[in-house]
Amino acid sequence: MSFHIVVLGSIVPDPLQTLEPVSTPQGPGLKNEQMLPAVLDPWAGHALYEAANLAAKTPGSKVTLVSLGPKAKLQQVMMAVAQKVPFELVALDGPAGGFTDAHEVAARLAAAVKALPGLDRTKLLLFGGWESASRGAGVTLQLVGELLEIPDQFQGVDQISARPDGSFEVLERVEGGRHQVSTCQGAPAVLGWATGNLPEPKNNPQIGMANMRLVMPALQKAAPAPVGTGGVEFASVQVPKVMRETRIVKDASPDEIARELVEWISKD
Amino acid sequence: MERQSMAVDIACVGFGPAMAGFLTTLSRRLAAAEKPPLESAASPGLPLQVVCYERADDPGFGVSGVVTRARGLREAFPDLEAAQIPMAAKVRQEKVLYLLDPVGASRRSAALRAADAAIRAARFALKYEEQAVELPYVPAYLHKLDGFVFSMGQLMQWMSGQVLSTGTVQIWPGTPVASALVEGQAVKGVRLVDQGVDRHGNPEGAFLPGMDVTAALTVVGDGPVGAVGRQLDRELGLPQGSHGRRDWAVGMKFVVDLPEGTPLEPGTVLHTLGFPEPEIFGFLYVHPDRVASVGIFVPSWFESPVRTTYRYLQHYVQHPYLWRFLRDAKLRSWGAKSILESGRRGEPVLAGDGFARIGEGSGSTNVLTSSGVDEAFTTGVQLAEGVIELLEAGKPLTRENLDAAYVARRRASFVEAEGRVAEKARDGFQRGVVTGLLGMALAGATGGRISLGEEPAHPAEKVSSLEQFYAGRIPAGDIAAIRRDCEAKGVPLHDALMDRAGWPAVPLDGKLLVTQQDALLVGGKVQAPPGYADHVTFLRPELCRSCGRKVCFEICSAEAIRPGEGGVPTFDREKCVHCGACLWSCTQRLDGTDEVNLAFRAGTGGLHSAEN
Repeated sequence: MSFHIVVLGSIVPDPLQTLEPVSTPQGPGLKNEQMLPAVLDPWAGHALYEAANLAAKTPGSKVTLVSLGPKAKLQQVMMAVAQKVPFELVALDGPAGGFTDAHEVAARLAAAVKALPGLDRTKLLLFGGWESASRGAGVTLQLVGELLEIPDQFQGVDQISARPDGSFEVLERVEGGRHQVSTCQGAPAVLGWATGNLPEPKNNPQIGMANMRLVMPALQKAAPAPVGTGGVEFASVQVPKVMRETRIVKDASPDEIARELVEWISKD
Repeated sequence: MERQSMAVDIACVGFGPAMAGFLTTLSRRLAAAEKPPLESAASPGLPLQVVCYERADDPGFGVSGVVTRARGLREAFPDLEAAQIPMAAKVRQEKVLYLLDPVGASRRSAALRAADAAIRAARFALKYEEQAVELPYVPAYLHKLDGFVFSMGQLMQWMSGQVLSTGTVQIWPGTPVASALVEGQAVKGVRLVDQGVDRHGNPEGAFLPGMDVTAALTVVGDGPVGAVGRQLDRELGLPQGSHGRRDWAVGMKFVVDLPEGTPLEPGTVLHTLGFPEPEIFGFLYVHPDRVASVGIFVPSWFESPVRTTYRYLQHYVQHPYLWRFLRDAKLRSWGAKSILESGRRGEPVLAGDGFARIGEGSGSTNVLTSSGVDEAFTTGVQLAEGVIELLEAGKPLTRENLDAAYVARRRASFVEAEGRVAEKARDGFQRGVVTGLLGMALAGATGGRISLGEEPAHPAEKVSSLEQFYAGRIPAGDIAAIRRDCEAKGVPLHDALMDRAGWPAVPLDGKLLVTQQDALLVGGKVQAPPGYADHVTFLRPELCRSCGRKVCFEICSAEAIRPGEGGVPTFDREKCVHCGACLWSCTQRLDGTDEVNLAFRAGTGGLHSAEN
């Protein structure tokens, strides 16, 4: 049994950057957002790497990344991502800021998934981030699943194990550091990934070269997707409180780090 | 070990201004529908396969304070407007300022002290304010009045976007090139760095040997400290008689948010000299939206063995002339970079069988006009024009053909003509600042026919001992005590010695004046991915142990090199910004050659800011 794994994921400012909210004519935004280097949303990144891993284990499977973001930034980010794992890209040219309305974004993404050539719903696994590192409301993936009428949805996924008959076992995070184990009879299904278990793949130039033969044309024909705030008004915007205490310590044990973090969090 | 390989037509090393010029020109030709396609020999049936490997994690993570006349850039982009590129502004005002020393701690010669006294006495007749005097006359060759102020990071982001949007070439960030594949006098491609190794390069975990990428042409634009360019210098040699790569500087800058109500207009350019040390030049460029770049250059001919750029930069921004603008400024970004100040004299072999050199590493920087980005870009354009000519004619990319198609273009251009004028312009600095400035003026006024001084010695020869540098200011006994104390604490000497020499403590304010580690984290966002080897190593530990100067960790821009046990410095890859200052500051020459005991290889990580 093979799968067509469609990963939904876009870009976010590189998390190392200093973010400052500002008001723009289009609504809330980030100061100098276009100047900030971007990365693939780390949550979506986990989903993509898990998708590639699953595809590699189930012969005949393929991975498609559907990404709604500013074309120029997508192009830049793809040069880093495309070296990691094999995938095809469907690019939608529109704003990727978290202030876009999740319903509007979901509608565009669902339409793009429906329009995938030769899409077979019986093989469709819809992957994405359980959360987002942008200001997204964290519901987009679920909404896309509903629009595509996929009732089997899993969120906070850490692991998927496919079986030869097309069914699969899913581990979802629950309280207390435990997992809920579910068995799904087969595709279609929606899986919102937590962090997964896989390290970031190494850069492989051959994968990059192969990917770019399809990624470049996909970027060039990216359809406009002018999503907005959907009538939502933002009363106020603020970034999370930041506390800085810089101290460089090498070779600290995980236990020591954990203890310090607990103490630090407890202060607030 | 199984090492994968892949064939392309053109492999490019490093995405800087020069490679942007090369790929902009080449990609336009490849995308030109009205012209016959240039077909791949490596992958028959496909268009020409062009890949560019960039060490940093993003094409926009370069560093440079850029003010440029942009002659080459405007030729390539005739409709270039500042509004197209974030942080770009037309130059509107340009001043050269001599900064007096308001704290009395800098090391000034008797001639300079006399000049300072004369300036203070005559200040009412001069353009004098806040311990600075504006030079009444600035030679035309120094002006950039028809040019732009850029952020290098944003300029590179913009240009990479232009190149990638054609869909004809690929730029791969986060992929350092370890070496060129050299066979005899020819280059056959490149080898990428190994992944999945420990800090010593030993395989661990998911080991992925660096791939061999073969190519008919390897374009080397990895800058002055790039591993591939230096490998070619070693293996193929420099042009006969050249000791060209001996004149260096490290530039370090803050990018700051200026306070509201700042009087500084976008496009304002200040060049300074005289402070914090006479040998250290500085700049302030104003971008749009109340953002400015402010920084200094510490040259290799500065004799101090404790030449800490960061501490000097902190004193520089507090000079009264600048501090009135920067008092309430906030750090946005930070970075550092080495500059090869040998210019035309440092030119390597520009082309050979299967390879060509472009950009700063190819000696394109003009050290008289203090201009490098536009010259580098132009050399890339020239190479692309030559390569297109050869490919269209079906000629092979041999030394002879590249000489005719690329090197000849370069020789006929302003890069060469002005580079020749500048070639000896800075030699006077080998004898001191005043002689250096006079030498520059003479070279500029006579079109390079007359200059002062002599060809630079190896940088190691310029570094004096601590006792010599601080003679008359810190007794030898005190220096010995400070040395013992710092060795016991495992810290560099520079802070203690500067404190003792009279430099005031830096009043950290958490906004602009922050610790060096905070500059890395808040400003440079420095990090390095796991699974790669250390790119800085020390070849012969016994030479480090016997080294009395250890300039490597004094100048290290990121405190990545620190004193280590047994006298051999340690290196922390996660902090390194790849500025390369350690490379030319190592005083331990190997067997009388220009090579030194510190090896600086290709590596990943570094700055993660696109605003520098």
